[in-house]
Amino acid sequence: MTKFLDVHGINAFYGDIQALRDVSLKVNEGEIVGLIGANGAGKTTLMRVISGLHPPSSGTVKLRDTALHPLPAHQIVEEGVILVPEGRRLFGGLSVLDNLELGAYARRARGSRFRTLKHVFELFPLLAERQGQRASTLSGGQQQMLAIGRALMGLPKLLMLDEPSLGLAPVLVEIIFEIVKRMNNEGVTIFLVEQNARQALELANRAYILEQGRIVGKGTGKELLHDHQVQQAYLGYALTGEILK
Amino acid sequence: MSIESFVQTLVFGIFVGGIYGIAAMGLALVFGVLKMLNIAHGELLMLGGYATFWAFSTFGLDPFVSLAIGIPVLFAIGLALDRAVYHRIVRLLGEEKIKNSLLVSFGLTLVIQNLATALFTADERTVQVSYAGIGLNLLGVTFPYTRLLSLVIALIVTLALSYFLHRTYPGKAILGTAEDFEAAELAGINIQRVYMLTFALGASLASIAGTLVTVIYGISPSIGITWTLKALIVIVLAGTGSILGAFPAGILLGVVEAVSGAFIGSTYREVVGLVIFLLVLVLRPQGLFGRN
Repeated sequence: MTKFLDVHGINAFYGDIQALRDVSLKVNEGEIVGLIGANGAGKTTLMRVISGLHPPSSGTVKLRDTALHPLPAHQIVEEGVILVPEGRRLFGGLSVLDNLELGAYARRARGSRFRTLKHVFELFPLLAERQGQRASTLSGGQQQMLAIGRALMGLPKLLMLDEPSLGLAPVLVEIIFEIVKRMNNEGVTIFLVEQNARQALELANRAYILEQGRIVGKGTGKELLHDHQVQQAYLGYALTGEILK
Repeated sequence: MSIESFVQTLVFGIFVGGIYGIAAMGLALVFGVLKMLNIAHGELLMLGGYATFWAFSTFGLDPFVSLAIGIPVLFAIGLALDRAVYHRIVRLLGEEKIKNSLLVSFGLTLVIQNLATALFTADERTVQVSYAGIGLNLLGVTFPYTRLLSLVIALIVTLALSYFLHRTYPGKAILGTAEDFEAAELAGINIQRVYMLTFALGASLASIAGTLVTVIYGISPSIGITWTLKALIVIVLAGTGSILGAFPAGILLGVVEAVSGAFIGSTYREVVGLVIFLLVLVLRPQGLFGRN
C-alpha cells in the first residue's frame, strides 16, 4: 500500500481556542481509515482543514506529492479529495438531480457526469425515483444518501465522511456503511469520522483516536475494538464490566 | 371615478411596477447570493441610465437598442467593483460583514454620485424618442408604446434570468452558493467566481432598470438612492430569499402606489408603499413569495 493522504503537524484555532494540536496521520491508498473521538474532540475541524474550509495555523496536508493546505476548497475537490460534511449540507431548495449535478461541478468530473449519474442511481435507486423532488423534502436517511451521492458525482479518490450515521435509524446506518464498503471495493479510499465508534472500528482497516485536539491512539480496527481503554471510553463498556467482577 | 380611468390607473401601476421589479431583482440577486446589501445599487442603475442617454444624444441610438451597450458596460463595471472592493467584504463573517458592506457601499454611493455630477453635470436629462407620447388605445385605456415596451423588456429579462438560474449549470451554481456557500465549495464550485459573476449580473440588471427609468422619467446623478430604497421595499415584499419574486412584488407595489395615489392623493402614494412595507415586515417577515 502506498502513502496517499499525509497530514503532518496540524495546529488549528477557532479564535483563541485551539481545536487541533500537532495532529499527524496517514491514510494509505485503498484503505478505510476511521477517526473516532468524543464530541468536541476536533474531528470535524480536522475534516474542515483537510478539505480547505478551515485554514490551519501550521502544518501540512499532502495528497501524494501535492500540497493541499495552500489550495482553496474547490481545488482540493479538483484533486479528488471530497468531503461529505456533517449535517449533510444539501442544497435544500434545489432538486435531487440538481444537487447531484452540482456535485460534478469540478472540471475533472464534469465531462463524465452523465455516466457517473447512472452509477449513483444504481447505488441509490431511490434517488433516481425522486430526482425531481426538492432535496429538503427528503427524509433524513434519503438526505444522507443524496449527500453521499453528490460527493460521488465529484469522482473522489479520497472520500471523507463526517458523521454519516448521525441521526439515522440503525437500519439506515447499516445501508450507509454497506455503501461505504462497496465504494471502497470500487477503489475509493475512505476516511471516516464517527461517534458511532463500534461500527466505525468494525468497518475500518485502521483508526485514530482524537481527544481534545490530539491524536492519543491508533491501531487496526480490531486492536482498538479489543483495547480496554478504548472500550471504556468509546464503546460503552463503561464500568459495568468491573462491577460485575 | 369612471371605470376607464380606474383601469388606466391600474395599467400605469403595472407599467411602473415592472420597472420596480427589475430595479429590485438585481439587488435581490446580490443580496441573496453575496449576503450583503449593496446600497450603491441605485447608483449602478443611474450609470446604466446615462449609458442610454449618451448613446441616444451622441449617436441617436434608440434607448431600447442601447441596452446592448449599457448591459455589457455595467457588467464590466460590476466585475471591476467586485474585484476592487466587494470581494474583500464578502469573505467577512457575521456582524463585521453587515457593517462593512453597508459602510463601503454607502461610500461608493457618494463616490459614484459625485463622479457622475462632475462628468455629466447635475442637470436632469431626458430622452425624447419619436414614438414618445403615442400608444395603443383600447376601450378608452391608453397603453403608451414606451411603457408597453418597458414592461415587455422587464418580463423578458425576468424570464431569461429564471431560465439562467434554474436551467443552466452556472445558474445552478449561483443558487447552490446562495443556499450554502461551504457546501458549494465542497462540490468544487469556485465561489469567488460565482460572487463575481453574480455581482456583475446584478449590475447588468441595474443597468436595464436604468434604461427604463431614463426613457420614462429622465435621469440625474442624484436619483440613485430613491431607487435603492424602492428596490429595498420590493425585496422585503417579495421575501429576501426570493430573487424572481421581485418581479410580481414590484408590480404589486406599482399598482398599490398608483391606486392609492388616485384615491387618497398623490402626496400619500409613497406613504402607502411604506405602510405596506411595514405591514409585511410585521405580519409576514418571510415576504409574500419567500419560503418559511
